[in-house]
Amino acid sequence: MERKIRVLVAKPGLDGHDRGAKVIARALRDAGMEVIYTGLQQTPQMIVEAALQEDVDVIGLSILSGAHMTLLPKVTQLLKEQQMDDVLVVAGGIISDADAAILKAQHGIAEVFGPGASTQDIVRFIQDHVSVSRE
Amino acid sequence: MSPANETALRRSGVNSQDLVARLRVGDRRSLARAISMVETGGPQARELLAAAYPYAGNAHVVGITGPPGAGKSTLVTALALEWRSRGVTVGVVAVDPTSPFTGGAVLGDRIRMQALGGDPGVFIRSMASRGRLGGLARATADAVAMLDAAGFQVVLIETVGAGQGEVDIARAAHTTLVVEVPGMGDDVQSIKAGVLEIADVFVVNKADREGADKTVRQLRAMLHLADRQPGEWEPPVLTAVATTSTGSAAIVDAATRHLAYLRETGLADARARHAAERELAAAVQELALERLRGQAWHDLVARIASRERDPYGSAEELFNALFHG
Repeated sequence: MERKIRVLVAKPGLDGHDRGAKVIARALRDAGMEVIYTGLQQTPQMIVEAALQEDVDVIGLSILSGAHMTLLPKVTQLLKEQQMDDVLVVAGGIISDADAAILKAQHGIAEVFGPGASTQDIVRFIQDHVSVSRE
Repeated sequence: MSPANETALRRSGVNSQDLVARLRVGDRRSLARAISMVETGGPQARELLAAAYPYAGNAHVVGITGPPGAGKSTLVTALALEWRSRGVTVGVVAVDPTSPFTGGAVLGDRIRMQALGGDPGVFIRSMASRGRLGGLARATADAVAMLDAAGFQVVLIETVGAGQGEVDIARAAHTTLVVEVPGMGDDVQSIKAGVLEIADVFVVNKADREGADKTVRQLRAMLHLADRQPGEWEPPVLTAVATTSTGSAAIVDAATRHLAYLRETGLADARARHAAERELAAAVQELALERLRGQAWHDLVARIASRERDPYGSAEELFNALFHG
């Protein structure tokens, strides 16, 4: 039986705005994925521990607080320490193009989706990249 | 072997024996991967379950069910914390519904389980309810077996209580807690829902709300109507305010007493035999279907659909071919 794509959707840090995360969770569900939603104010440690227990293929991080250059590299660093760097990590939120370029080039973030990104694009990106990493 | 399964193996780079050996010494990633593999099903899953089987059977398996919004996830958290305070390790399998339209699911039970984060004595796994090979009860039982083999002393299974699937899960648990909340309708509701039969312990959660006393009274009244032998377990009706952990100690005590009751009366052995029979039947069924699903199978399906053949004679034909062919 085909295993469904499992995605952890998490909000690292202190901002309390999770409308975007919930919209994404819903869109991924509608695309047939199993979405584990962990709620607000997650530390990088909590996120990586949940990703490990849930054996997810993808982590989606939603962040609006501006602390992305601290928190997102911390998540990917912890994943590396757990030998979980085969997990696809994508981010969404208010992240400048310059920051996004650094996160992608240096910190193992596969893609950054800003305001206005369509849920279809996000779904397609995940489907394409998970099937590649599974082959 | 499904491609996903093959990847799962290659990603971990070990065989079933190694994976079981690693999860038994507390490697949480191996445990997580093992649960994924048994969820997926197929020959790989069977190999893994077989390798883990000698090490399972020690955990106290507790099912927690009740209507949506009753506070099950919060209660699971409160109970897990209580067990942890007693030095007992806790595994959790939290089941949420799959969308019947898209096959996807949003699994949100972890939101209320934050307090359990960062404790190596706790392992939480979310599971979607539909589309599991052999059904939900089977998938949860297999996940429980992995947590059990990994040495978790109590395994909690959380499900939305609304149907046969949940009753089946209850049957797999040693102790079933049914969570009710005040103001969910009159006492006839609890008769028709069939929860009276599966509950070993009732928990009226949100007991700080108006009407909690009435709910407790109604449940007790219903329970007194049941025909019980002297010495037979009578489900206690307990109250809780899970958000403040109020009542957790009494619930954990009751669950522990229930397990002792099962052991003293020999019911634990009887249940283990029933469970063993179900497991064997399910394994035989799965294996038979896997072996029989070939060209002949599909031809027969078409001919049965057009009423040329009947399913009963066809089944015999397939079996005869399997055993004598």
